Amino acid sequence: MTISANWYLLLAAVLFCFGLVGVVSRRNILVVFMCVELMLNAANLTFLTFARQQGTMNGHAIAFFVIAVAAAEAAVGLAIVIAVFRTRGTLWMDEVSTLKN
Amino acid sequence: MNRTFSKLALWAFLALLVALFLGYFITRVLPDYLPAGRAVPPRLGDLVFYACAAATVAGAAGVAFSRNIVWSCIGLLIALLGTAALYVFLSADFLAVAQLLVYIGGVLVLILFAVMLTNRIGEVNVSNQSLGLGGGLAVFAAVAPLLMLVAVLVPWPVRPPGPMAPTTARIGDEFLSTWLLPFEVASVVLLATLVGAVVMARKELKAD
Amino acid sequence: MTPLESYFPLAVVFALALVLGLALVGLAALLGPRRPSRVKEAPFECGSDPVGDARGRFGVKFYVIALLFVVFDIEAVFIYPWAVQVRELGWNGFATMAVFAATLVAGLAYVWKKGALDWE
Repeated sequence: MTISANWYLLLAAVLFCFGLVGVVSRRNILVVFMCVELMLNAANLTFLTFARQQGTMNGHAIAFFVIAVAAAEAAVGLAIVIAVFRTRGTLWMDEVSTLKN
Repeated sequence: MNRTFSKLALWAFLALLVALFLGYFITRVLPDYLPAGRAVPPRLGDLVFYACAAATVAGAAGVAFSRNIVWSCIGLLIALLGTAALYVFLSADFLAVAQLLVYIGGVLVLILFAVMLTNRIGEVNVSNQSLGLGGGLAVFAAVAPLLMLVAVLVPWPVRPPGPMAPTTARIGDEFLSTWLLPFEVASVVLLATLVGAVVMARKELKAD
Repeated sequence: MTPLESYFPLAVVFALALVLGLALVGLAALLGPRRPSRVKEAPFECGSDPVGDARGRFGVKFYVIALLFVVFDIEAVFIYPWAVQVRELGWNGFATMAVFAATLVAGLAYVWKKGALDWE
């Protein structure tokens, strides 16, 4: 393997930063969701990079659980998003503030 | 007037910071880590790696910065595909397949369904964006240098990685030995997902 | 032959699919004659007159089905590594897997009882 681990880590860092910027700056709940998935993906990439470096399977197992939890989060979260949209008619996070205060 | 000016100044300052960092990163830090023999033509596998990495980053940028939500979805598709290809490079063949099955075949379809269900294609309210973008840039300026420098500068203990091998059987062994409890907990998480999502959606089902 | 090179045919298939798709769409756009008329520009809905907006909302029913698919998709992905090793793991592994599957079957029974699987 000629590509060193640092490159994979750099790529994961870039992915994570994009996801973070998206989560902070976007106001559409669905886009925020996608950015969260992006950040989880970056974490998975890091896990697998270190698993490759160490030659163990632990990173693979953790990445599996991350995928499962991300899918579960997406399923429940999107159900909530749809319910909110049905009752409020909006996807903008700033307008869904009943629980604030 | 004054507020917009100060906001603009903040933006310009943050943009300057980011530009300075990127300039430093590209001119000073990266050259040390580029492959020494530049004259040697890069191998095909390396080229494919760079292509996948570029596609992933482009897709991620599309997710985070596209104004049209459908383009965000397509960007997510490209980013997930690119990561799956990178998993193959990391000798994680089964995880690459799992990524295709669960993320692209499942979660992405779910997100697209949610987009179609809520049916507000494109984002109209652009004025709200400005404040968010400033915050986003600030967060980027705070986090990106740290993460990237750590990723590139730290001499991670490099052990020559072993030959690539099929991982499916070893993952099965791991699940039923070291990771037994998390494995069973995962099934409970999935059960909770089923129950919770059906409870959420049932009211909607009745309303239809 | 290192395993990475064994992915080469897969890469060729992906590249071919990409090139073919781009070439077909691109060539059609470049070479095809275009004589638009009102009838031709109407959205195609199986030959009948278009009804409503193309971006009309889907029913929530579709979403529930997709959600169930995702959950059992994950289950399949989790079961696969065990299935590869089934002989080595023996009855112990089988018992573990039975507990895993039983939890999800309980979820399926709940969903079924609540009527989320009924289409009408």
